[in-house]
Amino acid sequence: MSHWVIAPVLLPGMMAAIIILAARYHPMLQRTFSLATVGICLAIALGLLVSVADGTIHLYQLGNWAAPFGIVLVADRLSMLFVVLTLFLAIPVLLYAMGSGWDMRGRHFHALFQFQIMGILGAFLTGDAFNLFVFFEVLLLASYGLMIHSGGATRLRVGVQYVVFNLLGSTLFLFALGTIYAELGTLNIADIAARVAQVPAENSAGVRVAAVLLLLVFAIKAAILPLHFWLPATYSTAPAPVAALFAIMTKVGAYSIIRFYTIAFPPDLEVTQGLFDTWLLPGALLTLAIGMIGVLGAKRLDRLVAFAVIGSMGMLMTSVSVFTPEGIAAALYYAVHSTLATAALFLLVDVVRTRRAGHDLHWVQAPPIVGGALVAGMFFAAAIAMAGLPPLSGFVGKLLILDAALADPRMAWVWAVILTSSLIAVVGFSRAGSVIFWKAHAPMPDPALRETQSDEQPTPEQNPDHHSEPQPALPMVAIGTLLGAIVLVTVFAGPINLYLNATAAQLFAPGPYISTVLDTPGKVITYTGKDDHGDKGADKDADHKEEDH
Amino acid sequence: MEILVASAVGILTAAGIYLILRKRTFPVILGTAFISYAVNVFLFASGRLAVNQPPVLQDDVTLYSDPLPQALVLTAIVIAFGMTAVVVMIGVGAYLSSQDDHIDDLDEVPPGQQDQTGDAS
Repeated sequence: MSHWVIAPVLLPGMMAAIIILAARYHPMLQRTFSLATVGICLAIALGLLVSVADGTIHLYQLGNWAAPFGIVLVADRLSMLFVVLTLFLAIPVLLYAMGSGWDMRGRHFHALFQFQIMGILGAFLTGDAFNLFVFFEVLLLASYGLMIHSGGATRLRVGVQYVVFNLLGSTLFLFALGTIYAELGTLNIADIAARVAQVPAENSAGVRVAAVLLLLVFAIKAAILPLHFWLPATYSTAPAPVAALFAIMTKVGAYSIIRFYTIAFPPDLEVTQGLFDTWLLPGALLTLAIGMIGVLGAKRLDRLVAFAVIGSMGMLMTSVSVFTPEGIAAALYYAVHSTLATAALFLLVDVVRTRRAGHDLHWVQAPPIVGGALVAGMFFAAAIAMAGLPPLSGFVGKLLILDAALADPRMAWVWAVILTSSLIAVVGFSRAGSVIFWKAHAPMPDPALRETQSDEQPTPEQNPDHHSEPQPALPMVAIGTLLGAIVLVTVFAGPINLYLNATAAQLFAPGPYISTVLDTPGKVITYTGKDDHGDKGADKDADHKEEDH
Repeated sequence: MEILVASAVGILTAAGIYLILRKRTFPVILGTAFISYAVNVFLFASGRLAVNQPPVLQDDVTLYSDPLPQALVLTAIVIAFGMTAVVVMIGVGAYLSSQDDHIDDLDEVPPGQQDQTGDAS
């Protein structure tokens, strides 16, 4: 049993506590600890990724208890892919937070950040449905803190909405878990899979309710159409590094859908037939359409990017709901791409916001921003990736999705919506880019004043406080890293796809997963009679029983 | 007893949903609290209803109450309690900073917050 599997969950959790307790008043220590933890976790995760690439499934039994009774962590190709993606995303986000000073605009940024990482990684690694709920709560609780980091009236008000919406989501999750437990008597994902197959079709009402409830819960997380309302305001109001990190949070919903509906409620299972064709595919297509229309209709740059997130989730879920190995593989590629692209866009939005002081992010003319060429170039690249134009990874991802949808009976719908919405997204992004960067010039000053000013530098007069000091380089390095990663994902699309196809193949043959989880021996309590129980817990229970009688 | 527990869950949920649809923060938070009570009772019942039974499996015991949902409920109560505390704090913060506790009308941002550009829209 490899103990490495639990390291990505434990390390950030411990480090968060250390940061709060020991490094509370030492910003540099906090930054170092935070970055080092993420770096170490990334190294461990990469090692695990290599070791699961051949199809091995690592199982970690907490406290060494055997599977259906104890909680297990499972590292297979799918979970390690997302773990590595999360940690890789966290590094540029942290660099940006440090470079732009966001992390010091409120307290406990780094501690909350570590808790957030812990929750996300735990959600990806756990093999137990109730444990998944607990990790969801960990990541949500940290995200509440991060969301309102550095305060402000608007942020707090949006924060209330976000928290209330997610509280309801969590409650729904509990209802789903209660229903599953009442019907199947287990909450271990592999054990659910083993037992749900034995449920007779005429007694399957409870299981079907549970499957739909779970889908709803994950759809809230993934922001699928009727349940996407929390996203635009939250993402556009959250501090930039936090919004960039939230790029992975919607993927947690997508991951959970993929995980549960390949293993616990597989597509060939009779009692949960039709869930994807009937509900998820239209929902995903609508999400895609609304997201991209939102990109066109947004009045501010940050909301535009938030709607692009919704659109990309729609694209991803469209591919998932085709529900073939090709569809899942394409969805995973798109997930990697869209996480990087959204994070880059959110960070760029923040750069624009700071440098365009006084004009915020509305579509109004403003003086050119400092270092405009570099920022504009980066925005151009990120927008191309997000809208799915060649040559960047968005195009590859979209091509894979279109290709995967070829065999689907609803192929015409899928193609029509994807292609039309891409066009709309291109228009939306080009308008944003041209208003913010291209058409940027100073508003007409007084003619008399104009004579005295030199044409080269009209800006320092407009905003002396913002333009006198040189802009820090670290934020741009962070964004550059994300863009570089997008290029790498494009260039190495072939090898990545080999891995993703293997991942999808592993998902569609859940036998090894289930047998690894259920057949690995571990501690069990064997009760052998009143006089012969060495276990302390059993002892106590027996005493209670005697008192009762 | 089944009808009692079932109607308790139903009434709590109904009250919670009604309160969540209100416009101000305080009733909404109360609503989430009601719904989390409902789900606690529901989780409790998911291990079947049994009164005065030992929560343990033994050879000579045929009737028992399932111990697992009790552990789940405990976790759920703690989490819901903590979350409610968090949302109350954020709600108070939002109210104090904007002098307004409406939860739904975010587009009408208080004057001077966002629209410094004089954007007419």
